[in-house]
Amino acid sequence: MALHTLAVLVENSPGVLARVASLFSRRGYNIDSLAVGPTEDPKISRMTIVLNLEGHALDQVSAQLFKLINVIGIQEMKPAESYERELLLVKVGSNGPALDEVARRYGARVVDKSDNSVVVELVAESDEISALLSDLAPFGVKELVQSGAIALERGVKTLSDRVREEQGLSNPDEGNVAESATADYQN
Amino acid sequence: MNSLEHAGVDVMFGIPGGAILPAYDPIFDSKIRHILVRHEQGAGHAATGYAQATGKVGVCIATSGPGATNLVTPLADAQMDSVPIVAITGQVPGPAIGTDAFQEADIRGITMPITKHNYLITDPDQIPAAISEAFHIASTGRPGPVLVDIAKDALQKMTSFAWPKQRELAGYRLQLDPEVGAINDAARLIAQSQKPVFYVGGGVIKANAAKELFRLAELVGAPVVTTLMARGAFPDSHPLHLGMPGMHGTVAAVTALQKADLLITLGARFDDRVTGKLSTFAVNARVIHADIDPAEIGKNRFADVALIGDLKRTMASLVPALEKEFTKSKPDLTLWWKQMGGLRSTYPLGYDHPADGLSPQYVIERIGAISGPDSIYCAGVGQHQMWASQFIKYEKPRTWLNSGGLGTMGYAVPAAMGAKVGAPDTSVWAIDGDGCFQMTNQELVTCAINKIPIKVAVINNESLGMVRQWQTLFYSSRYSNTDLHSKRIPDFVKLADAMGCIGLRCESREEVDATINKAMEINDAPVVIDFSVNRDAMVWPMVAAGTSNDEIMIAREMAPDWGSQEL
Repeated sequence: MALHTLAVLVENSPGVLARVASLFSRRGYNIDSLAVGPTEDPKISRMTIVLNLEGHALDQVSAQLFKLINVIGIQEMKPAESYERELLLVKVGSNGPALDEVARRYGARVVDKSDNSVVVELVAESDEISALLSDLAPFGVKELVQSGAIALERGVKTLSDRVREEQGLSNPDEGNVAESATADYQN
Repeated sequence: MNSLEHAGVDVMFGIPGGAILPAYDPIFDSKIRHILVRHEQGAGHAATGYAQATGKVGVCIATSGPGATNLVTPLADAQMDSVPIVAITGQVPGPAIGTDAFQEADIRGITMPITKHNYLITDPDQIPAAISEAFHIASTGRPGPVLVDIAKDALQKMTSFAWPKQRELAGYRLQLDPEVGAINDAARLIAQSQKPVFYVGGGVIKANAAKELFRLAELVGAPVVTTLMARGAFPDSHPLHLGMPGMHGTVAAVTALQKADLLITLGARFDDRVTGKLSTFAVNARVIHADIDPAEIGKNRFADVALIGDLKRTMASLVPALEKEFTKSKPDLTLWWKQMGGLRSTYPLGYDHPADGLSPQYVIERIGAISGPDSIYCAGVGQHQMWASQFIKYEKPRTWLNSGGLGTMGYAVPAAMGAKVGAPDTSVWAIDGDGCFQMTNQELVTCAINKIPIKVAVINNESLGMVRQWQTLFYSSRYSNTDLHSKRIPDFVKLADAMGCIGLRCESREEVDATINKAMEINDAPVVIDFSVNRDAMVWPMVAAGTSNDEIMIAREMAPDWGSQEL
């Protein structure tokens, strides 16, 4: 088993998240993390889904996801070809230079300080976040919150470019073909 | 209503209620025929039967809350069997949604996993686009059910009607033609195969591709097996046909898949009822998998060659590719046919006449023989369904309708009603069990009132026969809760009479033909025949659930005699 990250473009319409969640639940796929947010196009949202799966199962998940009418495009974000980041906010029950030193080593920011606690923020890859957390453990972690991973492909290519290309290549006159197929069914 | 007329709907099945009332008022003046059913489940299965018999989209309509939830079973059924239906439901008014209002149910949420797609519409201007998309999605690609839930206030508001000129479905893409390279790979595999089998599924019927299959099968000359959903896709009378594979398939069909070196899979999905224990299924076979749904490729079984596309086009392009390959080499299938033909003649489907009571298989076989291959046969789920798939000879697509995937008891009567509405000049039989019949027979009232003269054969073994068979075989004949006492109560003949149908009874072998003939002569009212049959009859052959197809039994504790035959 290994972690795989999928970037999924979906229509920004009600119920889309429920559809994706329902699919994962029904087919028994385990989600490691899920992050959803807007994109450069207000009609489209982007989900980043991290899954713990074997290679073959990943193809099946992608194929099943792609069957959802509101899913526009899917791409695996391979580690070598993409940037992947998570956000950690952690409340630690002590204050002092030792803690500041740990934060500094990880490039983490101390965003809130009071007598007996500080809040540390780190944007990093998953491994680094785990490492910081284990280094913070001796200081006493009181509460933590972590976002799902988000990922972006390196280089000039974008996922929406790919989607447009696929649509163009696979079905140049899709509208017409689909129209006639429906007409057949009704005759 | 305007939208439905634009979508080409000519008939729909439904029941009105508060939230859908605004849509029902214009039905009064519409050219669309509305058939008022007695239970929404009946409307859903009727839409399915109509769609399966005609190839058109079936339509059902219901109100919010319980009206909508009663459609859940038929929607799940249509999803599993890839049947194009559109369900229209009323929803409580937009401002009331989410307040637990009277007759409110989140039917969009409920049906998400059991529909191809669904909508909740609260803006009247979105109704035409949603209806247009619903019919498009239901009927194209891999067909399936689509639900459109419309808030009452959206149905009430006045708006100007505009039928969308084109649809905006960025995420719905169809691949209709398989890649040329894959077609050539498939042709090469077929030309090299010594033991090929056509594993034909319901997709061939959905794609209206029976002609293309016929041509392809004759070109290759390989054995053909048709799954439960594909009965009729290839003529039973054809010498290449080995029958149905699967849990209750013929020895020849099951063994052909099992021993093949190549499965030419056409619109089938390697269902557990066909493969038996998956790890032991067709272990020496390479797989060509042709399907319109990319997610089926490799779902249960690895495919060596994937042909993603419309089956009609796929098979049409396979033919010239194969003709070219065959000029180089055409394998000799004589030995393969000697083996498979031998199994077919040694182990034909059969049954015994019991000492007391009627043989259910005989009844079903006679219905098929007398009514003939032009009739449409619907079945419920259970023993009678398996016998109807085994002992009726199907020659044409869309003549065998049943609930294969979901296994919905109670499917037969409403589906037959829908089929008869779609094919009014065809004799439509519901072959039903006494258990199934008691789940949905109220639609006979609908049939009687709306002059939909279907014929129902109740194969009455006064028990939940298939469950009883499993109890006999796997639970030491402990018949826990499978005795329905239906030879005593209800009296099916009186029940039929009460519902405005003609009721007939048949208790002996001598009466069978005469009773069926009598039913054939009645065309102005639904007919119900109570065939009182022996309850101990069992469905054979059988591959017990979870076991390997290699362990097929032709009768209790009786395996085929494989002899020294090396397959």
